[in-house]
Amino acid sequence: MSMTTLLTFTPWPAVSAAILLILLVAALYFARDTAHQAIHVAASALARGLKVASLSVTHAQQNLAARNREVLLAAGREAKERIVEREFTRVGDTVRKDLAGYPVMHRRLSEAIQRIEEDQQKAVEVPPEVPGWTEAVKVVADLDARNAGADILADIHKSMVKAHAEAMDAWRKASSERHALLRRMMPDWRLIQETLGRVNKSVDSIIGRSQAIDRHMEEYEAIVRGEDRAVAVLSSSSIVYFFVSALVLAVATAGTAVNFTLIARPMAEMVGGTNYIGAWRTADIAALVIIMVEISMGLFLMETLRITRLFPVIGALSDKTRVRMMMTTFMILLLMASIEAGLAYMREVLLLDEMATNALLRGDSAGEAVNAHLWITTAAQMGMGFVLPFALVFVAIPLETFVHSLRTVVGLLGIAVLRALALVLRLLGNASRHLGALAQRLYDLPLFVPLWIENRMRAAAREAAGAQVTEAHT
Amino acid sequence: MKRRALILSVALALSGCGPSTPHNTGVYLLIDTSGSYNRQVRQAEHITLYALSRLQSADSIAVARIDTGSFTERDIIAKATFDDRPSTANQQKRAFASHVEKFIDQSSPAAYTDITGGLLQAIEFLNEKHTARKEILILSDMKEDLAKGYVRDIPLDFRGFDVVALNVTKLRTDNFDPRQYLSRLDEWRVRVEKGGGHWRVINDLDHLDGLL
Repeated sequence: MSMTTLLTFTPWPAVSAAILLILLVAALYFARDTAHQAIHVAASALARGLKVASLSVTHAQQNLAARNREVLLAAGREAKERIVEREFTRVGDTVRKDLAGYPVMHRRLSEAIQRIEEDQQKAVEVPPEVPGWTEAVKVVADLDARNAGADILADIHKSMVKAHAEAMDAWRKASSERHALLRRMMPDWRLIQETLGRVNKSVDSIIGRSQAIDRHMEEYEAIVRGEDRAVAVLSSSSIVYFFVSALVLAVATAGTAVNFTLIARPMAEMVGGTNYIGAWRTADIAALVIIMVEISMGLFLMETLRITRLFPVIGALSDKTRVRMMMTTFMILLLMASIEAGLAYMREVLLLDEMATNALLRGDSAGEAVNAHLWITTAAQMGMGFVLPFALVFVAIPLETFVHSLRTVVGLLGIAVLRALALVLRLLGNASRHLGALAQRLYDLPLFVPLWIENRMRAAAREAAGAQVTEAHT
Repeated sequence: MKRRALILSVALALSGCGPSTPHNTGVYLLIDTSGSYNRQVRQAEHITLYALSRLQSADSIAVARIDTGSFTERDIIAKATFDDRPSTANQQKRAFASHVEKFIDQSSPAAYTDITGGLLQAIEFLNEKHTARKEILILSDMKEDLAKGYVRDIPLDFRGFDVVALNVTKLRTDNFDPRQYLSRLDEWRVRVEKGGGHWRVINDLDHLDGLL
């Protein structure tokens, strides 16, 4: 039924339109409560659904945060254990080293002290004896005879001067001996000083290490207790480690690319330059495989050296097996490095051959292109071919850090995404509730006339009821 | 779910290990040795060397002359499919260049010009090689002159072929009436394109950069 047909049920379309409008408004007015309820129920249901979804996402985010926290604390605990273990090993080494030398040091100190004591005893100054002449002189002087004791006194004086001279000589000699003994003590004193200095240094080192261990233990205890501060520190460290290790891995990737360039061309001589596996040349894949095998050997080498701990199985091997594995991986790595050096040399030979052929095809003389210093680049290429596999061994360290920190960083990113999602869902829930209210208001908009009339009638009814109550009271 | 992933990974691995599409190029150079063009034969060496410098391992090349009856293997001066190993391929290139040079030094003019026969031989050769890219280079004035009894009015299947006419010189009669030259080239273009091929003309041999 078209609009035109609807407007023809009276001869006057305007009247028809007015009647239709009135009917429509009346229908909307009578259906108002039901419509409001429907809108309210729909909006509430949507809001509730979004709220439930938001709560669910929040719950997932909390679970992830808890899991991330556990992972962080476990990683932190493990790292601290390694640090403390290493510190204890160092302290042990220091103590073992010093204690191993302790009997010798003790003997040397005792001997030095004994020598000093002996020398000191020998160097004690013996006071010169009081000459016995003094009493005799007094006796002679007291004699009452005239000039009777003058000769005696002169003799005594002579003897005294002589005795004094002899005593002085003896004293000088004794002093000289004492000084010699004291001089002899000097090296012993120095020895004692040096030995005690060394002991002091060792003790200081042990004290320093014990303080470091105390600090690490405090941090370890904080981690074990699961303190928020410890988690925050670990989280921040993890992000830093992630970016640093990613940077180092990027450098290692560049090194791998250089390595690949060195061996890709000569690999074509070995496996053919025209075979393809999928969209990739077999020679390129072979070169990549060689590099990957080298990196794998590097990882195993680092594992067997217990520098990294990516494979617990290797760490749990007995020392004998581990050393055997270390030797094997090192030998394979050495072999690969030698092969790479050979391939790098072959690359230069092939390059020269190709240059000569191209020169011939261009009509140039092939001999003119040969450079006398070309051996430098050849040697450099061979050197790089040999060294790069060993350099790539150290990729294991940043790789381990990257793998460990990646777990935390991905967890943090997941938490952030889930948190944002929960917020968006909550906002949408609130928005749907408000949109329901808005829809109710919009529904009422065309009904303003009947609603106004309804309000007026209600107001009149309230006034009438108020008047009746007043009359009843009066 | 795990089973599906396993099947998918196996399928991917099998598709990766399957026979790969060829990436090689095949080049067939036809050299017009007729009396009207024999003076230009020296250019063939230049083009051959250029082609050799552009080709890689597993590519194929053949150089053949156009004479009275060109639909025969005897007209192939030199042919080679380069080895997988780049060093061997380089040796082959040097030997090939030397062979072509020797031919050019000893070349003698032919009485007739059987271009169609040469093209048929080229198509046959390159189809046998199953190369991914097929290029037929024709060093000629493109004036066909068949001896009596040679039937060459046959359709040619140029699907997948690039046909490049090089150094198409003008004949004396072309100077009187250039339409002859233009219509001659146009006829060949129509013939190649009708056969499903791609036609090109390069007259400036100092600028072969677009070739191969």
